[in-house]
Amino acid sequence: MIPELGQLALILALLLSALQCALPIFGAWRNAKPLMATARSLVVGQFVFVALAFGILTYAFMVQDFSVAYVAQNSNLELPWWYRFSAVWGAHEGSLLLWVLILDVWTLAVAAFGGKLPEKFYARVLGVLGFIAFGFLLFSLATSNPFTRLIPAPMDGVDLNPVLQDPGLIMHPPVLYMGYVGFSVAFAFAIAALLGGELQSSWVRWSRPWTNVAWGFLSAGIVAGSWWAYSELGWGGWWFWDPVENASFMPWLVGTALIHAQAVTDKRGGLRAWTLLLAIFAFSLSLLGTFLVRSGVLTSVHSFAADPKRGVFILGFLAVVVGGSLLLYAGRARYVAGGKPFALASRETLILIGNLMLSVSAATVLLGTLYPLLGEALNIGRISVGPPYFGFLFMLLMTPLVLAMPFAPLSRWGKADVVIWRRALQRIVMLALIAGIIAFALGVHRWMGLLGVTASTYVIAGTAFYAIKRWKEAPRGRRYPLEMLGMLFGHFGVGVFIAGAILTRTLSIEQDVALSPGQVVHVGNYDFRFDGVGERHGPNWLAQQGTVEVSKNGTLVTVLHPQKRTYPRGQVQTEASIHPGVFGDLYVSLGDPLGPSTGAAGSSGAWAVRVYDKPFVRWIWAGGLLMMLGGFCAAADKRFRLRRSEEAQAHDPAGIPVSVIQPVQQQA
Amino acid sequence: MNPVRKRRLIIISLIVAAVGIAATLTVFALQQNMTYLYSPSEVEAGKAPLTSAFRLGGVVKEGSVHRVSGTLQTDFVVTDRFHDMRVEYTGILPDLFREGQSVITTGHMRGGEFAASEVLAKHDETYMPREVADAIAKAKAAGRTHDP
Repeated sequence: MIPELGQLALILALLLSALQCALPIFGAWRNAKPLMATARSLVVGQFVFVALAFGILTYAFMVQDFSVAYVAQNSNLELPWWYRFSAVWGAHEGSLLLWVLILDVWTLAVAAFGGKLPEKFYARVLGVLGFIAFGFLLFSLATSNPFTRLIPAPMDGVDLNPVLQDPGLIMHPPVLYMGYVGFSVAFAFAIAALLGGELQSSWVRWSRPWTNVAWGFLSAGIVAGSWWAYSELGWGGWWFWDPVENASFMPWLVGTALIHAQAVTDKRGGLRAWTLLLAIFAFSLSLLGTFLVRSGVLTSVHSFAADPKRGVFILGFLAVVVGGSLLLYAGRARYVAGGKPFALASRETLILIGNLMLSVSAATVLLGTLYPLLGEALNIGRISVGPPYFGFLFMLLMTPLVLAMPFAPLSRWGKADVVIWRRALQRIVMLALIAGIIAFALGVHRWMGLLGVTASTYVIAGTAFYAIKRWKEAPRGRRYPLEMLGMLFGHFGVGVFIAGAILTRTLSIEQDVALSPGQVVHVGNYDFRFDGVGERHGPNWLAQQGTVEVSKNGTLVTVLHPQKRTYPRGQVQTEASIHPGVFGDLYVSLGDPLGPSTGAAGSSGAWAVRVYDKPFVRWIWAGGLLMMLGGFCAAADKRFRLRRSEEAQAHDPAGIPVSVIQPVQQQA
Repeated sequence: MNPVRKRRLIIISLIVAAVGIAATLTVFALQQNMTYLYSPSEVEAGKAPLTSAFRLGGVVKEGSVHRVSGTLQTDFVVTDRFHDMRVEYTGILPDLFREGQSVITTGHMRGGEFAASEVLAKHDETYMPREVADAIAKAKAAGRTHDP
């Protein structure tokens, strides 16, 4: 009975979302205040019913109601409760419900905090968000209902995919979705502005914290995914340019461009049409990401779901959303475009260069990801595009961006000021070269590693140069407004990430070896002694657990326990054992047993063992987390929360008064 | 030239330059990094490259997996149920690698055998990668026409 209530709640939410889309937008068009005023209560109502449906599905997992097909598919009696909880979004149907729930949380927040926006604009924003919710709820009910019954109910469920039984995977999807879905707010703002044919930079300012928060979540979600792949897939890799990873990376790239473009529109009123276009693309790529991962269109080692009917629906929805918004953009962009001229060596130009590089790399990633599908559709053959394609192009495109990065904060809005560039360039390059020389002396001898150290120091020193300059010049207490602090964190994060990514790549030592108990393998500066394999029981698995003693020059560093788990249905899952460290990880995972067992209790024959020394690998995620922190920090700036009357006096972090942009008059 | 025009010109030329460079490099990089997938039947028919790398997809034939005891050297047979191809691999096999399950290997031909540098198995054990399924279906269709 209870699952039927969930179904009913979903249907009611669908109806409410249809109204939430239609009434306010119609009201804004006809200038009917009562219709526009319905938006807020419809948002709340829709949220309540979606939350109810989500709660009921969670309840079904908690009480192990196997008469619900989705529960029976993704849980069983032995699954611990915390994984039953995360199993709610462990597969397609539930993760879709989570998507809508998160969309509703964002919508609710917009409805709650957006009261000071002009009435029509506010109504249109909530209407657009309602449309998105409608599409996803319809998708859920029509093609992937989480409450479908399985009669007669089985005695026990199947299982949650063991790959997903990991703490990293409890958090990864919700955080990633917070990011994906968060771009819907910037999207709704763009569409609402285009519908009204008017864009005030104060609205863009108001939408900035939303985009920054979404971007911060997306960064965190990607970090969580990368960390999960590293610890769970057992290969020790942290990024594979797998289509599913690309799906989350493309919105991130465009989102990064968007938060910078929004800053220009906010501060200077420039790049308005471009900002709107980026907002449309960031959200479209988020939708595409959902489509790529969830439709099974990709033959990726990552994809779990396979159902073409769903793919057709999302493709249709994608066509409506992307096609519709681009059409609207084509028709209306000229009414909202505008801005002030800027000099060649101004901050706008540098941000624009960064924007171009980010957008072009998103396009190349998109091409590489879709090319195999295109190839198949056009009957060229079954192609796969190798990781070097992405790596090569990405490095190439990011080089100008990294080179320009320290100078954007140092430049002025609108005007050229090359003197400061020269002074900064001398010091930054000197520091970067010194760091390169030190790295060489410490034993980094491959040019790639040296390049990584130099580039990383270049970014970090450049960002620090600005921070110090600001410390010296700005009055006490107003040195680092939160918005600027966010920028500093973000840029430091890029520097840390570069160091981590390139040093891990060049300095890692990876060995797959066959080890018998008692045998020692020397990897990097460490000795790994394999002490055999024993059995261990977990809540719902039985593991072959190896014992590996790691020592350096005779002193014990750590004892690692890699596992090979077997789950109830016979699925095998490798659990790597990792000794984490600021300057590097020691990583051991088990392959297969290689020889006949000796028969002695607690020990066995030789095993295939993967032994890695991965220096600086944590810096990759530390960099990502710094970026996330930057996004959140910037979003918290009070400047974004001021009432309209106070806006004119708002301080500008760069020390230049905020320009108040007159709205472009709409032509009849 | 007035400032607005000048700015537009700069923006447009930047975009054109970026797109041009990106397009050239992308085509170059794509050509360098594309690998095609073939089934054992296609390899048998001489469609696969003899020297460069490609991917071989199919099912791991039952009872074909051999391991040189105490080492990481493995060999097994990948089949599309019409033709077989012996694959050699040194390294750790993925968790889902099993006899009777589908697999995609990357490598090149060495003698009459396929020397794999990478072996991928699917996460999901009930479902076959579509490209492998297609390859098998194609081999079946071809097999039927050739059968007497």
